[in-house]
Amino acid sequence: MKNYIQSYCIIKNNTVRLNGQPNYTEKNNLGFSDFSKKLYKELNLSYSKFFKMDNLSKLAFLGAEYIFRDIETRADKNIAIVLSNRASSLDTDRKHQHSIQDKDSYYPSPAVFVYTLPNIAIGEISIKHQLKSENAFFIFDTFNPQFLSNYADILIEKNKVESVLCGWVDYDNDQYEGFMYLVSHKGKLKHTVKQLTNIYQNKE
Amino acid sequence: MEVLKLELKEKIIEQLNLEDVSIEEIGDNDPLFGDGLGLDSIDALELIVMLDKDYGIKLLDPKEGKKIFQSIEVMAAYITEHRTK
Repeated sequence: MKNYIQSYCIIKNNTVRLNGQPNYTEKNNLGFSDFSKKLYKELNLSYSKFFKMDNLSKLAFLGAEYIFRDIETRADKNIAIVLSNRASSLDTDRKHQHSIQDKDSYYPSPAVFVYTLPNIAIGEISIKHQLKSENAFFIFDTFNPQFLSNYADILIEKNKVESVLCGWVDYDNDQYEGFMYLVSHKGKLKHTVKQLTNIYQNKE
Repeated sequence: MEVLKLELKEKIIEQLNLEDVSIEEIGDNDPLFGDGLGLDSIDALELIVMLDKDYGIKLLDPKEGKKIFQSIEVMAAYITEHRTK
C-alpha cells in the first residue's frame, strides 16, 4: 500500500504555512521567542509547560500542534516521530556551557540542561499527545528526504505504526526552520522524495 | 520580609518561566507545588540553584527543599534566617 503526506506544516520567517496555504503571517519582524508566543496564542493553547521549553522544542511542538489539529482523527495514537536537523541542540548547549564557563560563578540551570539533547523535542510532543510509539532524531547537514522517507515507509510497511510524524526542525541563534509532515495511508500527495523536496523548497 | 516575598515572587515567575502567572496571583501561603503553582521536579532543582546563587544558601540534601519550598512565606522565613548574601 502506498504512503501519502497527509498533512504538512512549514514554520519559518515569521510565517506558518499549512498544506501549502498561508496560515499565519506575523507583520512585525519578531524573534522566534516572541513569534512562538504569538503562535501559542493563535492556536489558543493552554499548556503552561510550553514556556519552559527551549526554542527547538517549541518549534517542533508548534509544528506538531498544527498538524495534529489538521488531521481528521485524533484517536489514532499509533504515530511514530522521526525528526531531524543540522544544529542538534547546539543553541541550548551553548546556554548551558555559558552557565558553567566561570568556575567562580558556576550555576548550571537544571531547566536548561534538560534540553541539551535534540530528541527532548520529541519527548515534549509525545507528552502532550500521549504518544508512546517509536521515535528517533537524526542530524544531517541539510534536509534529507531520501533518508526520512525510507525510514517512515519502513516503519509503516512493517506495521510498526499507522503513521509517522516526520520533519526537519532546525534552530540556532534565532535562525529557525520547521518543516513537519505526517506520513500515512491517507492523503492526496504521494510520499516521495521529489514531493518532499518540492514542499520543502516551497514549490507545493 | 515583605520586600523579600515580592522579590521571590518576581524571581520565581521569571526564572521558572511562569508566563501566564502574575505576582498578584501568588499568595504568600499558596503551595508552590502540587495544586498551587504546579511546579515540577525540575523547578525544585532550579529553586535550589536560585537559593545558592542569589542568597548563598547551599542545600546539601535536595529533600530539604520539600520543606523550604512549601510557600513564599516559608521560603522567605528560611532565606532571612540562613542567607549569607
